[in-house]
Amino acid sequence: MALLEVTGLGISFGGLRAVDDFNVIIKQGQLYGLIGPNGAGKTTIFNLLTGVYKPTDGQIVLDGENITGKKNVDICKAGIARTFQNIRLFSDLTVLDNVKAGLHNEFKYSTLSGIFRLPSYFSNEKKMDEKAYELLKVFDLDGEADYKASNLPYGKQRKLEIARALATDPKLLLLDEPAAGMNPNETAELMKTIRLVRDKFNMTILLIEHDMKLVSGICEKLTVLNFGQVLAQGETAEVLKDPKVIKAYLGE
Amino acid sequence: MAKKIFTKDNSSYIIVILAYIVVEILLKTGSVSSLMKGLLVPLCVYVILAISLNITVGILGELSLGHAGFMCVGAFTGAFFSRYVGDAISFGYLRFAIAVILGALVAAIFGVIIGIPVLRLKGDYLAIVTLAFGEIIKNIMNVLYVGKDSLGLHISFKDTASLNLDSATGDIIIKGAQGITGTPKDSNFTIGIILILITLFVTLNLIHSRTGRAIMAIRDNRIAAESIGINVTKYKLLAFTISAAFAGVAGVLYAHNLASLTALPKNFGYNMSIMILVYVVLGGMGNIRGSIIAAVVLTLLPELLRGLNDYRMLIYSIVLIVVMIFSWSPTAKAFRERYFGFLKKKKEEVS
Repeated sequence: MALLEVTGLGISFGGLRAVDDFNVIIKQGQLYGLIGPNGAGKTTIFNLLTGVYKPTDGQIVLDGENITGKKNVDICKAGIARTFQNIRLFSDLTVLDNVKAGLHNEFKYSTLSGIFRLPSYFSNEKKMDEKAYELLKVFDLDGEADYKASNLPYGKQRKLEIARALATDPKLLLLDEPAAGMNPNETAELMKTIRLVRDKFNMTILLIEHDMKLVSGICEKLTVLNFGQVLAQGETAEVLKDPKVIKAYLGE
Repeated sequence: MAKKIFTKDNSSYIIVILAYIVVEILLKTGSVSSLMKGLLVPLCVYVILAISLNITVGILGELSLGHAGFMCVGAFTGAFFSRYVGDAISFGYLRFAIAVILGALVAAIFGVIIGIPVLRLKGDYLAIVTLAFGEIIKNIMNVLYVGKDSLGLHISFKDTASLNLDSATGDIIIKGAQGITGTPKDSNFTIGIILILITLFVTLNLIHSRTGRAIMAIRDNRIAAESIGINVTKYKLLAFTISAAFAGVAGVLYAHNLASLTALPKNFGYNMSIMILVYVVLGGMGNIRGSIIAAVVLTLLPELLRGLNDYRMLIYSIVLIVVMIFSWSPTAKAFRERYFGFLKKKKEEVS
């Protein structure tokens, strides 16, 4: 059963065709990779999927629901969460509050019950704390729960961003260059974390990455993008052997 | 997890209550000059203004230069109400309580009206538009004439004659540039302190709730906040409105401390807005306790330096610069850690 089905997706910025006729089908529980040279339109596709940009044409169906052209807040509610290429944490909030912010739409109570500390405040905050600590434990961040997010080391900031995205209880998780700026050891650990997320939360993951070791190590399927168009698509091992891909991206 | 008693938040309440007790003792023993007595209520006004602007600047992270405008709206609403009902409600506290609620409400409504278009702007643009708003409000108040007679309310933007009041029962309440005279003096220091405590309670509880977290998330990273499903427009508007409402409360308190209320550049102009901003910046953005201390110190300082006459403003500005350096420069922070670090440790032991 396809969780995400994208057909004929395209967007133009003025005369520039940033993404053209992009098609992809991602199955539940799959680890899917999106690679391509710089400027190929990978992050633009993420922005289209999460509603930051409205597609000029094409359609996006998530779990049977057409989410084309919806606002990013609604798409988050529909079940797509993401991380960013340049980490975007709530830097002045604590690690715990970052995750609790992700739980914003799951445990609701009104502003007034927050101000006057009504019972719904206490019960929901307690549930939030429990759930947030549970998530932090998965990423081994529970020891740093009271730290300011900006004081975490780089690798842990990446993890916290994933934890925050998972807090929104998504069906599909988009990771934008999760290994950017990481050394080989950190990348190896990240690969473990991504697999863990997939297995523990039965999550479907679409990731953009430049690190070929990571891509070939964990992605089951791959789409290669070049100048906004799909260059190759299929099983990772086969795609990486494709002469077109080698020429455009990996270098001969 | 052991609960800390002496947290930063609780210390705000403790500081306010301690200050109140000390001042009351001094008042009882008669060791407060009449000049200082006159400053007590304005002090409360400035503290409330500083806390409320900190919601916009520190918590929401948007620069507003029109805070005196909301204060003006609150002041005129509250004073108008008290003057309108007059002795119909003879119990001063009740009349004042209703005036405060009305002032907050009307200021909040203006907050929404201004907020909807303005909060789409960012940074400098937002600052300029709010600055303009403050000036507009002040100028409208200067040409507004409102009177009442047996037929009801009459409003004019021209002069008193065009109100067409019934000569026998007519009573002009708002008289253009002369403003409102004869507002009952319903406020006092105790009421001011109570209002500060209410403002503190609402603000601090707001910060530590789901709503506050959403507001601060937007401040730290709007794009990320949207990506986790936080409605940015809604929470920005909410924070701005709450901030405006408390500025209105401060205005009502201010109005009921004066026999005549006029919209002068001095009290509701942009000088005032900047002054409040100075309290917030000096006390630390997002730091509520800091806002309180800064407002008190900066209000008292010019009065304490009065004896120095010509050098007063010079010393005042030097103090501003020194405090700024002392609280924010990294070397000064290290210096403080080294020499005053023991104070902090002691506090932690207490908790």
